[in-house]
Amino acid sequence: MPLTQKTEQERRNDVLSVSDLSVSFKTRGETVVAVNSLSFRLLENEVLGIVGESGSGKSQTVLSIMGLLESNGRAKGSAVFKNKEMLGLPEQELNKIRGNEMAMIFQDPMSSLNPYITIGDQMVGVLKQHKKQHKKEARERCIEMLDAVRLPNPEKRIDGYSFELSGGMRQRVMIATALLTNPDLLVADEPTTALDVTVQEKILDLILEVRERFSMSVILITHDLGVVARTCDNVLVLKNGTKQEYGNINQIFYSPQAEHTRELLFKSKELSDAQAITKTKTIENPNVCIKNLSVFFPVPKDGLFSKQQHLKAVDNLSVEINKGEVLGVVGESGSGKSTLARCVLKLQKPSNGTISAFSNDTLKMNRKQTKEFRKNIQVVFQDPFSSLNPRMTIAETLNEPLKVFFPKMKQRDSARAIANWLDEVGLDAGFLGRYPHELSGGQCQRVAIARALISEPKLLICDEAVSALDASIRAEIIELLLKLKRNKKLTMLFIAHDLAVVNKICDRVVVMHQGKLIEQGETKKIFQHPVNQYTKDLLDSVPVPDPRLEKEKYLRRLGNKAKYF
Amino acid sequence: MTTKVTTHTNSLLGDAWNTLKKNRAALVSVTTMATMIALVIFGPLLSPYAVDQTDWYQISSRPNLASGHIFGTDDLGRDLFVRVMYGGRVSLMVGIVATIVSVIIGVTYGSISGFIGGKTDALMMRVVDVLYAMPFLFFVILLMVFFGRSILLIFVAIGAVNWLDIARIVRGQTLNLKGKEFVDAARAGGASTLRIVFKHIVPNLLGLVVVYVALTVPQVILVESFLSFLGLGVQEPMTSWGALVNQGARQMETSPWMLLFPAMFLATTLFCFNFIGDGLRDALDPKDRTREEE
Amino acid sequence: MNSLKFVFSRLLGAVPTLLALICLAFFLVKAAPGGPFDMERSLPEEVEANLRAAYNLDDPLPKQLLKYIGDIMRGDFGPSFQYRDFNVTELIMSGFPVSLRLGGAAILIALFFGAIIGTIAALNQNTKTDYLVMFFGMTGISIPNFVMAPLLILLFSIFLRWLPSGGLGGGEINNMILPVTALAFPQVAYIARLTRGSMIEVLSSNFVRTARAQGLPTRTIVLKHVLKPTFLPIVSYLGPATAAIITGSVVVEQIFGLPGLGRYFVQGALNRDYTLVLGVVVFYGCLIIFFNLLVDIIYGFIDPRIKSNR
Repeated sequence: MPLTQKTEQERRNDVLSVSDLSVSFKTRGETVVAVNSLSFRLLENEVLGIVGESGSGKSQTVLSIMGLLESNGRAKGSAVFKNKEMLGLPEQELNKIRGNEMAMIFQDPMSSLNPYITIGDQMVGVLKQHKKQHKKEARERCIEMLDAVRLPNPEKRIDGYSFELSGGMRQRVMIATALLTNPDLLVADEPTTALDVTVQEKILDLILEVRERFSMSVILITHDLGVVARTCDNVLVLKNGTKQEYGNINQIFYSPQAEHTRELLFKSKELSDAQAITKTKTIENPNVCIKNLSVFFPVPKDGLFSKQQHLKAVDNLSVEINKGEVLGVVGESGSGKSTLARCVLKLQKPSNGTISAFSNDTLKMNRKQTKEFRKNIQVVFQDPFSSLNPRMTIAETLNEPLKVFFPKMKQRDSARAIANWLDEVGLDAGFLGRYPHELSGGQCQRVAIARALISEPKLLICDEAVSALDASIRAEIIELLLKLKRNKKLTMLFIAHDLAVVNKICDRVVVMHQGKLIEQGETKKIFQHPVNQYTKDLLDSVPVPDPRLEKEKYLRRLGNKAKYF
Repeated sequence: MTTKVTTHTNSLLGDAWNTLKKNRAALVSVTTMATMIALVIFGPLLSPYAVDQTDWYQISSRPNLASGHIFGTDDLGRDLFVRVMYGGRVSLMVGIVATIVSVIIGVTYGSISGFIGGKTDALMMRVVDVLYAMPFLFFVILLMVFFGRSILLIFVAIGAVNWLDIARIVRGQTLNLKGKEFVDAARAGGASTLRIVFKHIVPNLLGLVVVYVALTVPQVILVESFLSFLGLGVQEPMTSWGALVNQGARQMETSPWMLLFPAMFLATTLFCFNFIGDGLRDALDPKDRTREEE
Repeated sequence: MNSLKFVFSRLLGAVPTLLALICLAFFLVKAAPGGPFDMERSLPEEVEANLRAAYNLDDPLPKQLLKYIGDIMRGDFGPSFQYRDFNVTELIMSGFPVSLRLGGAAILIALFFGAIIGTIAALNQNTKTDYLVMFFGMTGISIPNFVMAPLLILLFSIFLRWLPSGGLGGGEINNMILPVTALAFPQVAYIARLTRGSMIEVLSSNFVRTARAQGLPTRTIVLKHVLKPTFLPIVSYLGPATAAIITGSVVVEQIFGLPGLGRYFVQGALNRDYTLVLGVVVFYGCLIIFFNLLVDIIYGFIDPRIKSNR
């Protein structure tokens, strides 16, 4: 362990020194330990990554150091920040340090800013509190910072409100606010998890840039090893609140010592360089044929008499889904991929174009034909908890499609089908009488898959079906889908924003951006030799768990930027 | 992110009951209400006096265990205890019936508005907004003045006053449910609109409806008491707590017990229902569902 | 320019409500059995003559309606059924100022104390202070004002002899204290509960967490970040609050013997003075519509999300 020996010089350069930190919570009489005897150190200008799955205690570690634990939380041990012990510090003293020498940005930019007061008000408030500056001075400094984080039009934005900004822009504002007081330490708790991957790239680059420019130390909390590889100098790996491994980035990624580290690396690499099962076959009779599909949503009108604007959710898209293949649809938020799925499912009416499924025009169906059609196209949605009716038992949920599509089916047969499919998705019969709130996310998703497949549809649509799951659960569900694909020869339309998942599961892939089809082709070809610039950018911005590779990409990006100055 | 869930009892209702049991105020309220309902039904059997039996030798007499007038008598010599019990029957009955009327109107209106959505919903809600601010009670009184004071009219009119709150809440919840993925899944699963409404939406509304039934009962009793107090409610020989408070208020300098007993019963009932309603609301609030977070 | 458009559109929205109210009132009068238009009723000569003149009973229906609307707009509510020498407008004008004083004071008190109490409760959540406040809140909404008023009189006028038990007393403050208290009490409780709930929700929001992480002391956080989002829903509630106070004033004026509009209304109801009752309802209805409009407009100027969409 390279960092345990403290020389006199190192001790002086310590920004943060944590020893034996333990955090516990009292819930309903029980004590839950979130962090268990953690020790680590942070030097000047260092970027430390704290990585682990959800429940590993990474957030609680920093929250306890900042004194932001919930009222039922207790922290023990020591956390010394610039020669001051943070744990047990009274509120008044904490407020001198928080937001001043130590700043924090959070995961959810959408709700982390107050929508009722202007951006400027919030930023100036920080300066008023810590630097006692006057309004005019403070305002200038704020504009300066907003400019430093490359927010376009800072003089205008400062008098605007947070809901006028996108997620990426809000996160920039948060970073700018954190920088106002020139802190020594910036804590970023999953700062880019809620952002699109191209936006994530820019924000991470920004964090590195300001670290350089303002000479800060950074603690970056994340579950994504690629992000760690891209940004961090040293890494702390946590599992269930306990330190698994702690070392510099090359050691962690190229010669990991702890088993958990190896496990995490394996899981993330597994997705990046997985082999997609290529199908070499001539194009059979396509199952679903989408031609010139367009969906326009009216945008709320400005005034009574202005022209009606439209949001082009899907713009003149044509694509085919072949029998037996898994077609992936990739895109960032706002690309229109979910709208596309809803059109195919007949949950959304298109403004233009045709969809023909199994040789029938879906838009011209009557009620009876629609029902028949629905039997053959089923869907698994993103949120496992809200896709099951909380008032129905698992058995009832699985029985629904049978009752609707096979009303004459005898009880014996339906019971058998239900038991069969429950088994297929890896759940035992004990789950039948339970309600969704008793199940975990992964289990709910399995039920959703069983419900979708129980009527033996010809096409299964997965709309971000694994996006809301933990990494390890996600891997399990993907395995399940692959198994079902093999055994049942499923045709699937797989929608995702996570390229690694698409890589693993899909034969062909379609890239969407702002409603338009950018590129399509075999997965392997698209991912390894993309043609379109947007696809290239998209693929590039996905962080890979390989520090050397990431460093190359970073330098390349800097070089590109330098070209413009 | 998925999280592990600690296993509770089987159904949501069982869940709710468990949480409610832990709320001491609600529990006490339930017991109190149960006792009161029993009293109101069986109480008069315990007393030797009838509800309209006037006793000119015992006008406005104090509560006196020996004479059997445990609550005293009113200015016409009638036993107050029996009258309070009879008044309770009327008040509680109006409370329950009018609440049912309110709930039926409110749930129907709210769920239809929420389910249809779009412009119809906007219009229907605008109507609710407008009515919400009206002194509805005044209209009720107006109706009574114009059309007479039948007990049926009282039930319906009072019920019509309180449906707005329920309609709003039900509509909000319906919209919420409509956006949930299991409704989409049901549609994609070929379910007819009717099936979706009755199998998927309505069962998920029930929890909310129960809460608002508990919260509406006291409001309705209040309205009835208000009307009776003004002399516009039930007519003699029927009496209600509101009417009794009215009579008691007029005599309070000389016979304060005439005011205090019915007032006490009325206030206690309202208290209890409010506690129960609050407790139920906390119990069924989905935000409170326990999931261990990171 | 946008502000004017906003105000105008809100005004436009209020007009149909107003018209609906007046039409409803008109048809109710027409439909009432034993009402002014019931042909079987026999009325004293003078009242009959007044009515015929006022309502132009020989004109076609739409014309009657229009005349009625016109009259109301001019403030003419027609002759009183009961008080031969007065018309309804005069009665309303004599009773309204009393009710205005009473109701106005009540709502200001309710707002002021309710907000403060609710805030204290929210900031001390789950402590004894909070439970005390919540109990008080529960009391306020569970004890009707027609129970509270006599109890107050019992305590303060009869036992303690501190305050008069009724009457205007020429408008003295002492005479106002008990009635205003009785009227305001349930609203203080309701607004306190509302404030508490709203503030607790705002306190647990993410942007408050951000403010704490920025080292802002609790006082600054409450004043700067929490107050506005907390009180926006309270502003919306002002409309219904006014309606509730108006309703309550009926009882309070009755019990304390104050010659306000509410009292006239009750007397009118008991005496079957149709025109008076109708006039009061229309009057109060218009008042509330107008007040709601005001609140709506003010809200549109305070809430930045609506402001920016204007």
